[in-house]
Amino acid sequence: MTIMTDAGACHAALVGTPNSGKTALFNALTGSRQKVANYPGVTVERKAGVVHMPTGQCIRIVDLPGTYSLRARSPDEEITRDVVLGNLASETTPDFLVCVADATNLRLALRLVLELKRVGRPLILVLNMMDIASRRGIEIDVDKLSAALGIPVVTAVAVRKGGIDGLMHKLQTFAFAGHGQTLATWTSPSTSELRAAQREADAIIASAVKLPAAPDTLTTRLDAVLLHPVAGLAVLLVLLFVMFQAVFTWAQPPMQLIQSAFDALGQAAHDTLPSGLLQSFIEHGVIAGVGSVIVFLPQILILFLFILLLEDLGYMARAAFLMDKIMGGAGLHGRAFIPLLSSFACAIPGIMSTRVIDNKRDRLTTILVAPLMTCSARIPVYTLIISAFIPSTRVWGLLNEQGLVMFGLYAAGIVSALTVSFVAKQLFWRDEPSPPFMLELPDYKLPRSKSVLLGLLTRAKAFLKRAGTTIFSMMVLIWFLASFPRPPAGATDPAINYSLAAKIGKFIAPALAPVGFNWHIDVALVPGMAAREVAVAALGTVYSIEGGEEAAHQIGQTLAHQWSVATALALLVWYIFAPQCASTLAVIRRETGSWKWMAVTFGYMLTLAYVAAFATYHIAVALGAG
Amino acid sequence: MFRESPPVAGRVRKPLGGAEAGFRGRIDSIDAAGGSSGLAPEELERRLIELGFVEGAAVEILHEGIIGHDPIAVRVDNSTVALRRREAMSILVI
Repeated sequence: MTIMTDAGACHAALVGTPNSGKTALFNALTGSRQKVANYPGVTVERKAGVVHMPTGQCIRIVDLPGTYSLRARSPDEEITRDVVLGNLASETTPDFLVCVADATNLRLALRLVLELKRVGRPLILVLNMMDIASRRGIEIDVDKLSAALGIPVVTAVAVRKGGIDGLMHKLQTFAFAGHGQTLATWTSPSTSELRAAQREADAIIASAVKLPAAPDTLTTRLDAVLLHPVAGLAVLLVLLFVMFQAVFTWAQPPMQLIQSAFDALGQAAHDTLPSGLLQSFIEHGVIAGVGSVIVFLPQILILFLFILLLEDLGYMARAAFLMDKIMGGAGLHGRAFIPLLSSFACAIPGIMSTRVIDNKRDRLTTILVAPLMTCSARIPVYTLIISAFIPSTRVWGLLNEQGLVMFGLYAAGIVSALTVSFVAKQLFWRDEPSPPFMLELPDYKLPRSKSVLLGLLTRAKAFLKRAGTTIFSMMVLIWFLASFPRPPAGATDPAINYSLAAKIGKFIAPALAPVGFNWHIDVALVPGMAAREVAVAALGTVYSIEGGEEAAHQIGQTLAHQWSVATALALLVWYIFAPQCASTLAVIRRETGSWKWMAVTFGYMLTLAYVAAFATYHIAVALGAG
Repeated sequence: MFRESPPVAGRVRKPLGGAEAGFRGRIDSIDAAGGSSGLAPEELERRLIELGFVEGAAVEILHEGIIGHDPIAVRVDNSTVALRRREAMSILVI
């Protein structure tokens, strides 16, 4: 291994404890010249970028997942260990390591530095957030620290312009100094070695750092309210309510704008192209397909804006603290709360936001149950069936029966999500010890707009690229099923009734007859895989109702004549559980990096849907609603 | 277990997991054996050390959860760590 590889560039890896401001430093060093992807075979995010030196040389830098130690305890931390030790085949072995430490919280960071030093790779320590440290009265003797650790130490303020000039200068001389061959060696430290290292770190801090008598008073005062057993929970609930509202309602105008833009585009394609297969493909396959991906973007951006702000502020760890006991009862991690809540709007941003959960097992459980939360796409289906079949009578004087059914559907979603996560824990992870809840509560810090914007941009790109390809191809597939073969000349039924979708619908009809579905429903369920609300339009098509203002109302009236109450109730219950959303399945496939978990989700949801709809139908028939 | 400081007169060694909110003291030792944590004792001990729970460190229970006073937020020297009482039972304080 040489220090100079691919045309004058050298390779560095950023290492640091969680909350060390490592990502902010990475952003400051690389700006927008960064690439986010996954490490092969795992769902761990790989962030890499290039630092251009004033001299024209450049350093390729990779931002490794935060860790307290090389003793990897999660897939993320395994990546950090393997890259540092040069054991990851897909990654160029770093020529040197840059360890980032929060200058206000050196204790745990210095123990990591001592462990990294033992590895034997050239190492440089960056004391980040020096501005906050000096404001709090923390005095660090950088030369003394450097001498005690035996490595170069440089200070930085990643979030301020010019705050990394000193670091750039130091990197320049350090990176191209020609360290020669380095051999990485590391053995898992024993408890006594860990103790000794922490003592050494404490001794170094005692000699080189002067700490103020009192801890950060702002954090202490904020926590007195935000971590208060009652007030803290109240604040969290208000915050979550605002977030839910935002994802649910603020996203509506841009979503409608996107929807109408794509509708207009589809109409334009419809008008310009000659009637036929190409027209249908462009209009319903390509334009509607791309539109169905882009339409989620406002929700995803709003949700991630909240998540990034709360994460940068240092509040996410507090939210997990407050929710730990409540979520823990169902086998979920405290951090699962936000993804599950977001799933009420849409499971796709919800599943994407499970990245805030470090533990792989906890993350998988959350992904598995997120689609059970009642997403906004179920609402058109629910309201259609409820308004057509449930009388709008008052129960006990003040409650509306229709409202009660709607509430029941929501409650059923929540209860089943908690039950499934509990069962999943027993089923898949019974033998593995439950990972303990232990995490650092960082001091509060004001989020920086640049860092948040960069984070949002990364998320948007990742969504469009990852989900875009899969969702789009599924949309085209569904278009194909609903359009082929073409109706014969002189056909009288709606075109869809001659398609593959109709064949599939009629083929599965015997299987769905026991739950009370007729073949019209079965046919509508096939395009309904594109998105749940598409089933409403598809039902209209199957019953050959023309679109327009009154369409939904007409569909409702038609259904009320065609279906029994038992069938309607069975379909409602079916929609609580059924995996009727190709986009969600595509995102699960992408986020878990495996077809297996997508299949597990599809399988368990389908089973639940079938069993529950079957029970509902037969109980309803027995009660005389058949 | 090795012990650094002898028990201070008048103060009894007790697990941090059993202490009330507002408790202030020092870590006397870590004894993860026989705990009810899901982790093996050796692993739990290492993780506690990695979060700064070493003999002699000053600790204070700052906050606790609403249900069963669990989990707890503990000030360890100059950082704050959240953990469940089950794991904190392995931290003996005076």
